[in-house]
Amino acid sequence: MTAEIPVTVIGGYLGAGKTTMVNQLLRNAAGRRIAILVNEFGDLPIDEDLIEAEGEDLIAISGGCICCSFGSDLTAALIKLSELVPPPDHVVIEASGVAMPGTVALSISILSGFVLAGVVVLADGEQVRAQAADDYIGDTILRQLSDADVIVHSKTDLHTCAGTVEAVNAWLQAMAPQAKIVSTVRGRVPLEIILGLTGPGTRPEASPHADVGYESLGFRQILPCWPNELAQSLATGPYGVIRAKGFVRDTDGTSWLIQTVGSRFEAQRTQTLEPAGLVCIGLRGSLDAMALQLLIGPASSSVRAS
Amino acid sequence: MSETIVYSAKKIITMNPSRPEATHVAVRDGRILGAGSLSELQTWGDVTLDNRFADKVLMPGFVEGHAHVMEGSLWRKVYCGWFDRADPDGKVWSGVKSVDAVVQRLQAAEATLEDPAAAVSGWQLDPIYMGNTTVTRADLDRVSTTRPVGVLHASGHIMNVNTKALELAGMLKTGYNHPGIPLGTDGLPTGELKGPEVMTPVSLFVGFERNLLDADEAGLRNFAKLCVRSGTTTITDLASRMDEGTVEMMLRVTGEPQYPIRLMPFRFFLGLSAPELVEAVVAMKKRATDRLRLGQIKIVVDGSIQGFSARLRWPGYHNGAPNGLWYIAPEHLSELLHLALEAGLQVHTHTNGDQATQLVLEKLAPALQAHPNPDHRFTLQHCQLADAAQFRLAAKLGMCVNLFANHHYYWGDEHYNLTVGPDRATRMNACRTALDSGLPMAIHSDAPITPLSPLFTAWAAVNRITVSGRVQGEEERIEVSEALYAITMGAAYTLHLDGEIGSIETGKKADFAVLEADPTDCDPMELKGIPVWGTVQGGRIFPVAEL
Repeated sequence: MTAEIPVTVIGGYLGAGKTTMVNQLLRNAAGRRIAILVNEFGDLPIDEDLIEAEGEDLIAISGGCICCSFGSDLTAALIKLSELVPPPDHVVIEASGVAMPGTVALSISILSGFVLAGVVVLADGEQVRAQAADDYIGDTILRQLSDADVIVHSKTDLHTCAGTVEAVNAWLQAMAPQAKIVSTVRGRVPLEIILGLTGPGTRPEASPHADVGYESLGFRQILPCWPNELAQSLATGPYGVIRAKGFVRDTDGTSWLIQTVGSRFEAQRTQTLEPAGLVCIGLRGSLDAMALQLLIGPASSSVRAS
Repeated sequence: MSETIVYSAKKIITMNPSRPEATHVAVRDGRILGAGSLSELQTWGDVTLDNRFADKVLMPGFVEGHAHVMEGSLWRKVYCGWFDRADPDGKVWSGVKSVDAVVQRLQAAEATLEDPAAAVSGWQLDPIYMGNTTVTRADLDRVSTTRPVGVLHASGHIMNVNTKALELAGMLKTGYNHPGIPLGTDGLPTGELKGPEVMTPVSLFVGFERNLLDADEAGLRNFAKLCVRSGTTTITDLASRMDEGTVEMMLRVTGEPQYPIRLMPFRFFLGLSAPELVEAVVAMKKRATDRLRLGQIKIVVDGSIQGFSARLRWPGYHNGAPNGLWYIAPEHLSELLHLALEAGLQVHTHTNGDQATQLVLEKLAPALQAHPNPDHRFTLQHCQLADAAQFRLAAKLGMCVNLFANHHYYWGDEHYNLTVGPDRATRMNACRTALDSGLPMAIHSDAPITPLSPLFTAWAAVNRITVSGRVQGEEERIEVSEALYAITMGAAYTLHLDGEIGSIETGKKADFAVLEADPTDCDPMELKGIPVWGTVQGGRIFPVAEL
């Protein structure tokens, strides 16, 4: 059986910066072969310098990435992607501006061969509060936010008055208590936040790609635990963790894979006994290293981007 | 010189207000030379008198402004609907009234299959009428445990499948946490799949191909038969994705000498950006023929009322369900309206809820100021919940409306009791108000959602009776003459075809509905039962008996 392909759903209203973020991902793919699925090839979704070849419903992108349009049939497009040889390492779905990203995520959950890697919703910091009050689209905006694991507060450089970023962040958090909120300029968010951590299996040290403003903590010596409870604590506790991924052992010595994004978490028994190791990523200065070490065990590494 | 044939008839209802009735109609080169008395028509010179319609009533060929060609394809599957319904070959399938009856009908179809792997597929199941009972995979396993079995609901948004189908799709497993996948006590899916994204992984295995919206050749032929049976000579396909292969096939089939209808397909708005869509449709329009009228766009703005996905204004759904979904962002709608007006393309917009209708009205007004076109005839399709102010505004903006009169019969009770409540259910599909607002109006079946039959649709608008037998909204009933106008000239007007079809008068296409009785001289309750002998389309004669 082939490994499941992780899928990130990117949502948010028109102008929230979804396309900018997708292009940032492609520029920084770091060897991951990403397949981008867009509703339609509108005003070209991919920066021209990244394009290698263009077909009717597929754009080939440097680095082995591709972009496909799915029109009205996302499921069919995903099934087609899974038949590619080799299959992509990761799928990113850029949902339409009025789509409910949670519904898209649910449709991933039922497709064999794919696994949800999180719902990221972008919010245009300048516009989002006015949009949320709009008669026509207000409820759509709020439902999109409430579907998010991670909300990316975009275009923070356009805020003119001091303190606005914090005010919008606070408002977003109030509208979407379940989500972890990060801010960005021009779609720059670390790959690990959007796509997920590659985990300790492939990269035992903490991620070297943490961008300015983020930090990560790596753990090697992990106390035997209840994996599900640990995952839940990481996702919902006050530790500042946006994403976590790693292998742990339960009290019987069984090996588990745990993953969290926002307040979504998952713990699965692994087929083979994996060496324990766990990585957490969060906003710089927000990761509570002390509390995390009490929860998990002594940290083996800490990376702060300079 | 071409031959001139004069048909005599018991009565000709012309829909031409200058001469509403006639006894004879003269046809030359597939067009109407004139309607009047025999002696008047003989002034054209040498004419051949044809008395085959001497005991028939002729009307202009009916025009259906909102249907889907896919009905023709669905009839290759097993009919599982609640109501009796005639197939393209005229066989009337009795409605199935219980889950057992559904199973029996599918069993009968299963027994005729030779290929052991072939799927059994059914359509038009509507458990609303069976007390909202649920169908399970155990029920459908009684049809077969070795073949995949799937039945699509009338809504098109739910499907029931058997165990084998789930197994083939890899979905016979525990652990689902999805509102569209109800689970049994064993933790396994019950086989009910709600929503397109849940249906797609299984639908392929049960004989429902991915692009159900797109016409296929056999379906296109079947569809034409349904048209002849119902007296329809011009009809829309609202909408299709129209890839190159489909366009070529449609051009070929509709171009065959004996293809009996004029088809007007609308290009579905999804899949292309607005500028690309407009460019593609402009190019398509150049390839239009008399029988294949290419070159229009359909936009779907919201969902359906009974699916709680239509966008409603305050106070929203009667049962408190959250507001529905937008299928296009307001900004994109606006962009597309601007570009289409600029390019001279017609747009029909699907809006079920009144908030969706309001959005179209608000976005069209500035687009019209930017690109004035006094005769655009953009049409509000369904427009089921519009109030009087919206109808007045639509009329001011030069729009048309095509109301879903059949829906009122089939789901009016559901709307009264559940979705929008008594007050708004009473004004749904408000034909009277629309006409009084001066709005050009058509009425439709949305086939296959409800059966294609313009006379039934006229009956529904005239009587406003629901399935339970109540008259719902008697103030919104219209006169028989108005309903007959709606299914001929009214619909033709919404398609910019009123100069060519819709009435029996000099210069128009020789398109007739040939009826066995006079719809203007019967109890309005009998309208839907008037037998159709066949049609004349472009002067060609198509008797139902010879289909």
